[in-house]
Amino acid sequence: MSAVATRPTTAPVLPMLARQSYAEFIKLFRVPAFSATSIVLPSMFYAFIGLGQASEPLFPGSHVTFGQYFLASMALYGVANVMVLGFGISLANERGQKQDLLMKSTPLPAPIYFAAKALSALAIALIAIVVLGLFAAVAAHVQLTTGQWGTLGLRAMLCSIPFIGLGFALGYVAGPNSAVTNLIYLPTAFASGLFFPLRLLPHFLQNVAPYLPLYRAAQLVWDSVGARTEGGSISTDWLYMAAYAVGFFLLAFWAYRRDQGKKFN
Amino acid sequence: MTDPAVQLTNTSKRYGDVEALRDVSLSIEPGEVVAMLGPNGAGKTTSISLMLGVRNPSSGGARLFGMDPKNLKARSRVGVMLQESGVPGMLRVSEIVDLFRSYYPAPLPTSEAIAMAGLEEKAHSLVKDLSGGQHQRLYLALAVCGNPDALFLDEPTVGMDVEGRRRFLEEVGELAAKGRTVVLTTHYLEEADQLAQRVIVIDHGTVIADASPAAIKARVAGKRITFTTAAPPEDSQLAGLPLQSRVVEDHRVRLLTNEPEGVLRELFRRGVPMQDLEVSGADLEEAFIAMTHREVHP
Repeated sequence: MSAVATRPTTAPVLPMLARQSYAEFIKLFRVPAFSATSIVLPSMFYAFIGLGQASEPLFPGSHVTFGQYFLASMALYGVANVMVLGFGISLANERGQKQDLLMKSTPLPAPIYFAAKALSALAIALIAIVVLGLFAAVAAHVQLTTGQWGTLGLRAMLCSIPFIGLGFALGYVAGPNSAVTNLIYLPTAFASGLFFPLRLLPHFLQNVAPYLPLYRAAQLVWDSVGARTEGGSISTDWLYMAAYAVGFFLLAFWAYRRDQGKKFN
Repeated sequence: MTDPAVQLTNTSKRYGDVEALRDVSLSIEPGEVVAMLGPNGAGKTTSISLMLGVRNPSSGGARLFGMDPKNLKARSRVGVMLQESGVPGMLRVSEIVDLFRSYYPAPLPTSEAIAMAGLEEKAHSLVKDLSGGQHQRLYLALAVCGNPDALFLDEPTVGMDVEGRRRFLEEVGELAAKGRTVVLTTHYLEEADQLAQRVIVIDHGTVIADASPAAIKARVAGKRITFTTAAPPEDSQLAGLPLQSRVVEDHRVRLLTNEPEGVLRELFRRGVPMQDLEVSGADLEEAFIAMTHREVHP
């Protein structure tokens, strides 16, 4: 028994997290329906909508071009898309296949499993905005200062965090039905002014928009290219994002507990 | 004194109004090879889920190596094949084995775990491209890759072909010979007979027998009469006999009775054309049928 007594009783956590994150990443990456839409879709929207008018001013007299504005919009759209749609749906799919039962029977701690899922989604989101940035720079000749590029990238990634919580919650509440989720997400993206400047949208949407999480996140990314559409301060926006993050993660936790209670009680 | 590998103490489990397990107490010592037998819905999978802490008992306790089964230290000592669980299809066999190894403190080399499951040729295939039997073997690789002290195998050979099953049972037999605790549930009685030193029969959520295969067979006082007929026998030919069970598969008839002489006399009197007539002691399957009063559907 002495040999048994001296060996470690549980596996080290960091290598576990590294392996799990890698596995989650390739699991996502190898599903073309997910990786292609996540990585290519923002650039594709950019090609369709942004490319033709990239060098025009955002509005008459503005020193910000539509290309810059739309780059920030699509960066946010892209990262939130990964979290809400792809990520939520892949989680729902895995539950549908009872992979959660398999994980539940191993000594993998649940927080590692979720952290790995979040890290892998962040990696995909990062690839999506790098591809978009390259596309905007090369095809649309969008010019930003180094500082602006960095700020935009960082803010877009930070703004994706609340949507990780939302993706988790949707993964546990919704079935693997992307239609319903898309039906909510895409209009929300429109209503938040990601595709067209808010002032071109119907009046009632302009009233609703300020309360939408994507709108608050949008102010932050637009701000990084000098194109915010309202007067508020970025610290207010960050507060909103933090509140949304807390709210969505609580929702996710509730949905997770509810699911676990149903299945594993 | 070492803790039992598994201990259930007055354990009950209810799903809503359904009582899946009723006041079960049992203890499995390290190194034991135990088969849990029972008809569908008897409570086998529920028992395993409670032992592993995948589910919580409604009342009573469950311990794994003397610890709460949810304790990662306890979980780190067991490898599991669960009947219903899914695997990520977009990982390669070697990738998922590598991943599962990282969950355990002292895992086997990846290639060894894959070889034990006989999946060497499929090591670089995506999991989604495996056949049903290969899936089961992958589950075995995942169960053994952590080099666990105890293996829990829930219906492990479902979907395997004859050769796959033979090889699988050999592997599990070897693991047992190395001192691993093995707990398996199965429908296949010959698996239990071949592998286990101890058979726990569960029916309607309670343990109705817990003994060695030989002792369980000995409980059935009756004899088995087997014969073949040229044409499938008619129902009337076998009606009214003092039988405990009757299995007719095409031309092959298996009867279990406490009065073999009387039954044979009556069969001869009725002129049933019997070939390859054999009278022997009951096997595990018949013991099982006699105990649960149900037919076994393989």
